[in-house]
Amino acid sequence: MKYLVLMHVDPSVIESLSADEQQAIGDGHQAFLAKATESGEMLSTKALGDPSQSVVIRSQGGKPQVVEGPFAETKEFMGGYYLLDVDSLERAIELAKELPDASIDGLALEVRPVMFSAGADM
Amino acid sequence: MSSPAVSEDLLRTFAPQVLGTLLRRYGTSQFDLCENAVQEALLAAHEQWPAQGTPDDPRAWLLTAARRRLIDQFRSDAARRERELSQAQLTHPLAQQPAPGHDDSLEVLKLCCHPALTTSAQVALTLRAVGGLTTAQIARAYLIPEATVAQRISRAKAKIRDAGAEFPAPATPEDRLDPVLSVLYLMFSEGHTATTGDSLYDTDLTSEALRLARQVYAEIPDHGEAAGLLALMLLTDARRAARTGAGGLMVPLDEQDRTLWNQQDIRAGLDILQRALPGQPPGPYLLQAAIAALHAEAPSTDETDWAQILILYKVLEHTTGNPVVTLNRAVAEAMVHGPAAGLALVDELADHSLPTGHHRLLAVRAHLQERAGQTSAARETYALAARRTLSTAERDYLLSRARRLG
Repeated sequence: MKYLVLMHVDPSVIESLSADEQQAIGDGHQAFLAKATESGEMLSTKALGDPSQSVVIRSQGGKPQVVEGPFAETKEFMGGYYLLDVDSLERAIELAKELPDASIDGLALEVRPVMFSAGADM
Repeated sequence: MSSPAVSEDLLRTFAPQVLGTLLRRYGTSQFDLCENAVQEALLAAHEQWPAQGTPDDPRAWLLTAARRRLIDQFRSDAARRERELSQAQLTHPLAQQPAPGHDDSLEVLKLCCHPALTTSAQVALTLRAVGGLTTAQIARAYLIPEATVAQRISRAKAKIRDAGAEFPAPATPEDRLDPVLSVLYLMFSEGHTATTGDSLYDTDLTSEALRLARQVYAEIPDHGEAAGLLALMLLTDARRAARTGAGGLMVPLDEQDRTLWNQQDIRAGLDILQRALPGQPPGPYLLQAAIAALHAEAPSTDETDWAQILILYKVLEHTTGNPVVTLNRAVAEAMVHGPAAGLALVDELADHSLPTGHHRLLAVRAHLQERAGQTSAARETYALAARRTLSTAERDYLLSRARRLG
């Protein structure tokens, strides 16, 4: 079963970390990537640009309107994701808990099942 | 050289036989190299046979081709670390070679479903080493990247090597069959219902699972569960054409056009069942096949022998202790004793065995509420079930039921 692990990032939390702590996050993600790839459970991963780079297209009166970001006044935004293919939800959670984000207060990971797949890196 | 050309199916039937012969000779420590050699031999056959004609003994041709590639691999620099061992094995075969015509397919299947492997690894390895599919074909069937499949297969091979698995396994043919049957059933179900994805059917996986189940049954026709699994697959697959309607929408059993059911598959399933049922306590696959047979024989939902189905579900429930079986029994209870009886059982399940938000539980409850005339409750429950399912086809179906109730 495929699960998307969404990384909910709060930039103020990341900025408050020391250089070493920030380095540890990067190293932790590298280690996670290597491990999930080796176990044959990694499908793909992406890190997203800051929401200030976002462009939002939203319908107004039935016509698409284009607005440049940021589009929401929330502190948290989606920083990126891991797409995993695992035997169970329990396994997806077990893997997600190993991400450095799972052990930093103020950050969060969301595990969602995938319903439909298409495209090159599925 | 003779014609006509060997079919793709037949060619792939030889794959595990040839692999079995190599494994007997070189042992599971060389599983990776042996399996690669067989894949390359299959590729060579695909390239050469159409032009040169099919060899008189295709199996022997494949074995020779695979062995030649294996020896090339042993001698190549890439295999230098294992060279000493391998050279010794080239001259000293490990196991007794079986009599000519002996088929090791089932043994290879058991090896691929080794208990040290995760389910997804068992499935990937089985499709490749027994099914003869390429890594790319498996990746397409499961909609996952080829690199992920390749990694799973190579890791699975390494695990089998590390586990020191013997080939053939020192046991009777019926031994360790459970994981094999459950891998084939999973493969079939994945193809049949496509748990993730927009299409209700993925014919490749379904037909591959059927092909392998046929092979297993041909080898051990007296094994009740091997027979039960094949009968269950045939009886389920027989309904394929009737299970989807216009726009790919799922059609439930009670609304299916039964003239679309494949009578040839139904007869084949019933035949197997009739041979297998007498004289042994039925296991879960045989019981499920027996239930599928009662549906297959009925001209309509109303004319179905629900009383008999209810009894079979009770036996199945007792055998497996699986709450999803109880959920299916609730439908049969409703058909025999009325919707209230079915709903009571669903409520009991929701209190004890299954999560309240389980999508199958919600779908069954909605269906029974509809039958009981609780229209607005049914509509809400259908909508709830639609939010919980992970199949887009099932979601669309549940939403259409909700809409139909206004």
